[in-house]
Amino acid sequence: MDNQDGSVYAVLGEQTDEDGRWAFGTGFHDPLSGVDRAVPAGVDRADLAAYCLMLGDDALVLSQRLAEWCSRAPELEEDVAMANIALDLLGQARLLLTRAGEVEGAGRDEDALAYFRDEHEFRNVRLAEIDCGPGPGGDFATTIARLLVFSSWRLALFSRLAAGSADPVLAAVAAKGVKELAYHRDHAAQWTLRLGDGTEHSHARMRAGLDRVWPFVDELFTPHEVEQRLAGQGIAVDPAELRSEVDGVLDVVLDRAGLSRPALPGLPGPAGRLGRDGVHTEAMGYLLAELQHLARAMPGARW
Amino acid sequence: MSGDGGGTGAPARGWPLYEVFVRGKRGLNHVHVGSLHAPDADMALRNARDLYTRRNEGVSIWVVPAEAITASSPDEKDPFFAPAGDKVYRHPTFYAIPDDVPHL
Repeated sequence: MDNQDGSVYAVLGEQTDEDGRWAFGTGFHDPLSGVDRAVPAGVDRADLAAYCLMLGDDALVLSQRLAEWCSRAPELEEDVAMANIALDLLGQARLLLTRAGEVEGAGRDEDALAYFRDEHEFRNVRLAEIDCGPGPGGDFATTIARLLVFSSWRLALFSRLAAGSADPVLAAVAAKGVKELAYHRDHAAQWTLRLGDGTEHSHARMRAGLDRVWPFVDELFTPHEVEQRLAGQGIAVDPAELRSEVDGVLDVVLDRAGLSRPALPGLPGPAGRLGRDGVHTEAMGYLLAELQHLARAMPGARW
Repeated sequence: MSGDGGGTGAPARGWPLYEVFVRGKRGLNHVHVGSLHAPDADMALRNARDLYTRRNEGVSIWVVPAEAITASSPDEKDPFFAPAGDKVYRHPTFYAIPDDVPHL
């Protein structure tokens, strides 16, 4: 890099705080600085910890799925975009798992929760865990279909948490996430338009992608009893309330893309138990094996 | 992603090239930072956001199709630029700059 290039980034990378470390960027803020971390009065600690796990596991598991596109996306630029979205979600997962461990009070940190829980202890929705590509379960269009649905749903959820959760930590985490999720939704919507309104072939792949993910959509709006109890206390959001907003967003995007919501029924879980209950699809075990094997083979390993 | 271009001006393989310009937080003008491939200008903006503003570098991005840029040729370097070299009267170096004028 010659001097001229160096000066370009000297201009662009102007520090906005005095102790900015360039390797981690500058001008960043801790989204939780100054936030009261006490558990709000009258709230059941086990419920709040479980709720943080639910939202954290959604992000952690989808982050893992999106990371599978690293070096396999159709173009280098898209590779970076996918990785960026995965890293945003990983950041959300870290804050939420840390909060879950703190509220639980059993001394488990984010790593203990991410790497040393078994499948039935994960509380993510099944939409996050299914293989939508690059594995045999899907392709780029399927991945976009899932991202469109997931980010529309999570953005609606986080917008409400940010505006009104009685837990200051959840509200702060959600406020940070809203800006990220708005971008994720935009990215997915842009690709949905291009694939749906592209060629006959891209349209067919996009439609097949929507069909693949649609059986897992009803679950997003099916409240777990923890969510209902905490929603009653103003901590959480009852996901059933999100349906009309999310449907409205999806209709706008799909309509412009020449697509429509598939008329496919939701996939029920065994005995009515879903991802939030710790009951997952076959894909989850393989996903966790890849996510956890290194931490379990070498406990306490450090860089 | 492999189209033949279909007469849209896209190259036979891959996406067209865009040049990216970013304006820093307190920078005065957009600065060229690099290039990328994208299927169209809207996606080029988004790709630029992911590739070139990950570390809080910018507040504004321009993308320009690389084929829209007319560049001076390296072969013409001397006729273009050398004549300015010995015309010292074009450079405002003959007066003192006051200490409290930082951006002259």
